[in-house]
Amino acid sequence: MEFKFFYHFGNFLLMLKGMFSRPENMKMYWKQFMQQCVDIGVGSFGIVFIISLFMGGVTTLQTAYQLVSPIIPKSTIAQVVRDTIILEFAPTLTCIVLAGVVGSKIASELGNMRISEQIDALEIMGINTKGYLIAPKIMAAILMIPVLVAIAGFLGIYGGKAAGELSGVISGEQFMQGLRQQFKAYNVFFAMAKSYTFGFIIASVSAYYGYNVSGGALEIGKASTTSVVVSCVLILFMDYALTAILL
Amino acid sequence: MIELQDIRKSFGEKEILKGVSTIMEPGKVNLIIGSSGSGKTVMMKCIVGLMGVDKGKVLYDNQDFTAMDDKEKKTIRQEIGMLFQGSALFDSMTVEQNVMFPLEMFGTGTLKEKKARVAECLERVQLKEAAKKFPAEISGGMKKRVGIARAIVLNPKYLFCDEPNSGLDPQTSLLIDKLITELTQEYNITTVINTHDMNTVMESGDHIVYMYQGQKQWEGSNKDIVFSKDQKLNDFIFASEFLREAKEMRQLEMFKDGKWRDQLKKEQEGGKK
Repeated sequence: MEFKFFYHFGNFLLMLKGMFSRPENMKMYWKQFMQQCVDIGVGSFGIVFIISLFMGGVTTLQTAYQLVSPIIPKSTIAQVVRDTIILEFAPTLTCIVLAGVVGSKIASELGNMRISEQIDALEIMGINTKGYLIAPKIMAAILMIPVLVAIAGFLGIYGGKAAGELSGVISGEQFMQGLRQQFKAYNVFFAMAKSYTFGFIIASVSAYYGYNVSGGALEIGKASTTSVVVSCVLILFMDYALTAILL
Repeated sequence: MIELQDIRKSFGEKEILKGVSTIMEPGKVNLIIGSSGSGKTVMMKCIVGLMGVDKGKVLYDNQDFTAMDDKEKKTIRQEIGMLFQGSALFDSMTVEQNVMFPLEMFGTGTLKEKKARVAECLERVQLKEAAKKFPAEISGGMKKRVGIARAIVLNPKYLFCDEPNSGLDPQTSLLIDKLITELTQEYNITTVINTHDMNTVMESGDHIVYMYQGQKQWEGSNKDIVFSKDQKLNDFIFASEFLREAKEMRQLEMFKDGKWRDQLKKEQEGGKK
């Protein structure tokens, strides 16, 4: 097990090293990067939209359920919802979902390209396949996932406000008042730091498993599953590590 | 010209290529044939550099490809076109975009010139009408032809084809063989084909290398093969009763034509192994 860890880690580092070479045609690399931005950003927006709204709604209702003391002002619910969403739910929960959505897509796309010899075809043409196929995916994930996390934060808080108003546990005014109480801009920085890290993990780990597939369709499925599992574990581990370091 | 000098390749303890040497000449269709597991796919991958060799040299026009660094290899690779067994077309691109891809990546000239070149290549493989279709919308034979168009779009000096006829009906196979032979002669390309197909062997084999258990067992042309006394080669090529009878008929035909004299002379001169 230990040997396997070092084997994969070494290969992973070599893969990252292999990405850095002069692009054969910058315009084509840029095109590929923009395509990945669309695939990752726009392609995942729907699921992020849905989970963020419900995540915020549920957080508001559960916080209201637990804060039963009459001495605690209702606006505290919004404060708790805001910090929970910014600090944890928007970056971590969204990225866990994105590990499934984006990660499995990257792994299966590269795996399919490997099995159907498309990667070999690119190599034969003299193209650095790690640079052309993997680097744009990682860069697009690092750019787009924080954007999705920011959107998830806004939508989560909005979902929380809507749920509070609809259920009658907190009025809109009280919610807005709570959002402004003791706001720390550092929390947003912390959330962004996490999302950049998670974005890198999702794209690079999935690309590693997809790029190194050998065998057939069954192995593509296995690589896809493994990439999601490993990404999720690494996200949770880094979530803890970053929280311990930065907070 | 591609020259192989004593190339050897092992996977762990198992030696797949046991010192193969041969010369693949330009303007000729060079075939690598052999039963499954004989090492022909590994040999082709070693020639194009998808696998490294353990020992020996692969020379492209007297330049040692095995000793080159990545940058130098890239230069050679831009002169290589390859048709893969499964065509290896990019699923997300149309036929036209697939053929355009190498031109966009490495080609010079205006977009209009590039489009004209793509149209010319598609015309050459008789696929102009399928330009806007995606690979999933065309047949296996059409995919192979798109693969050929993509392989020749940059005017390669070397063309490699890995089992170009696998999964195709006999008529389409012949069409692909004819196309590859014509392109080889038209552009004076060094073509290397890895095949099992006996039609290809008999129709296009200007130079044939028969691989047996990782070694070059026999070398010659499709004309020599009819008179070969190599038992292993005969067992492989003329495996069925029908083909054995066809071989005898061909020998008889050549005997009547007087071609046997040339063959006999060639054998006496040691031109045949």
